[in-house]
Amino acid sequence: MTERLAANARVVLALGARSVRQTARRPQLAAPLFVFPTLLLAIQTGGAGRAINLPDFPPVQSFLAFMLAGAMIQGVLLAGNSGALALAIDIEMGFTDRLFAAPISRFTIVLGRLAGTAMLGAVVAIWFIAIGLIFGANIHEGFLGAIWIVLMTSASAVAFGSVVAALALRTGSASVVQGIFPLLFVVLFLSSAFFPANLMLEPASSVARYNPLSFIVSGIREPVISGFSGHDELKAALSVIGIAVIGLSLSGVAVRARARRG
Amino acid sequence: MARTAQYATIAALIRRAGNELVRVPGAAIPGVLAPTLFFLGLTSVFGHLTQLSGFTSSSYQSFIVPVSLMQGAAFTGAATGVNLARDIEQGWFDRLLASPAPRPVILAGLVLSASVRVLLPATFLLIVAFAVGAHWPGLLGLLIALVVVMGMAIVAATWGTSLALRFKTQAAAPLMQAGMFILVLFTTAYAPMALLQGWLQTIARINPVTHVVEAARQGFIGDVTWSDTWPGLLALIGLGALFTFFALRGMRRMTLD
Repeated sequence: MTERLAANARVVLALGARSVRQTARRPQLAAPLFVFPTLLLAIQTGGAGRAINLPDFPPVQSFLAFMLAGAMIQGVLLAGNSGALALAIDIEMGFTDRLFAAPISRFTIVLGRLAGTAMLGAVVAIWFIAIGLIFGANIHEGFLGAIWIVLMTSASAVAFGSVVAALALRTGSASVVQGIFPLLFVVLFLSSAFFPANLMLEPASSVARYNPLSFIVSGIREPVISGFSGHDELKAALSVIGIAVIGLSLSGVAVRARARRG
Repeated sequence: MARTAQYATIAALIRRAGNELVRVPGAAIPGVLAPTLFFLGLTSVFGHLTQLSGFTSSSYQSFIVPVSLMQGAAFTGAATGVNLARDIEQGWFDRLLASPAPRPVILAGLVLSASVRVLLPATFLLIVAFAVGAHWPGLLGLLIALVVVMGMAIVAATWGTSLALRFKTQAAAPLMQAGMFILVLFTTAYAPMALLQGWLQTIARINPVTHVVEAARQGFIGDVTWSDTWPGLLALIGLGALFTFFALRGMRRMTLD
């Protein structure tokens, strides 16, 4: 039993390392994770920075500090999408079929890809923490807060990645996975990633209040702008766990179905 | 090559781009939907910015719709570049270069197709925008916005084309998109000049696309004037000429390779 677990862990690590190398080697996969969220962060901070003067805007040191969590989540969504895209390409190219023929657990194929996505999520978090610090946004909760942010961002990458991975496994089509790219922005815009939910227009404001993404964003944002509250972090962790359970279950079903179909 | 044959070549290349829309509609959907999604998203998120003192419009929908039109142009131009890169990868473009059509005619066919294609996302966006409360810009304002958006699609297509000819791979797509993304959004896209942060104000003043955005925006937030129109048109001509030079140089180099 322990031997089998260790063997599966080795497969997950190897596939995870392959996933990271693959993203690093293909600029078309790596660039969107960093370039677009960073550009959007710069544009929104520069263009809408005076929004902190609006009545009812939560007290923040700067708009950049407020926006960091949104940029991280945007990067994480793109990391999940990019990982699933690479998985779909593996299916199209026949690499996944070769893995199915190997004496390994089917589910390690999904977990291996998600291990790579988790690593990318952590790198995204570190990237935006560095940008925040360079441009004057301090993390209120200090080093512990930074660790929490990296862990939450990485876990969110796994959760979102597992949902899109299920789609990749179900369809086996890179263009279908690529096609949901605009949908990611819909989900983002309908959350408090870029603005406080109470200051958004209806119906987006009401949707954002109940969007699990808003809870995750708050869990990452609070340590930056005001410190741990316990309540926000718990809701964020539960949201990540909920999404991950759904995503992993769907992926498990999809990978078994694909292995059966061949 | 006779002038009528040149026009026929341009028309054929435009028709070919149109055929792609009809035969692979799935590939066109993200480019049509994305600007409208951004418009709805940005309006919902930043709609209350109009409450800031110094904001030049009471309707954020009206303020942001020209920016989304420009994004549509940018996406369409990048798609032209990506399609050309695919044609280069598959060897189809080599056959085009081997034809007696002059290089500027081939380029004209490619980029003019973008100026026609952009009317699809622009029309969809405008219908949605008016439905959710964007101001009617008047016939002249609308005409200027459409001319400007078609011009911006040509600029984006020449940019995409020059990159496709330089890198000869679809992997350059993020660069094509990011370049136009920067040009369009580092302007007065989100707020009027006076409300931008200092560093963005400096960039927006230098960025010629700021004039393009303002030219397209004028009818939506106020009166249409020649003084708000000509700087935008001049910026489009300048950018178009610059990227056309690079694209034609790329074609010449490709012929020499």
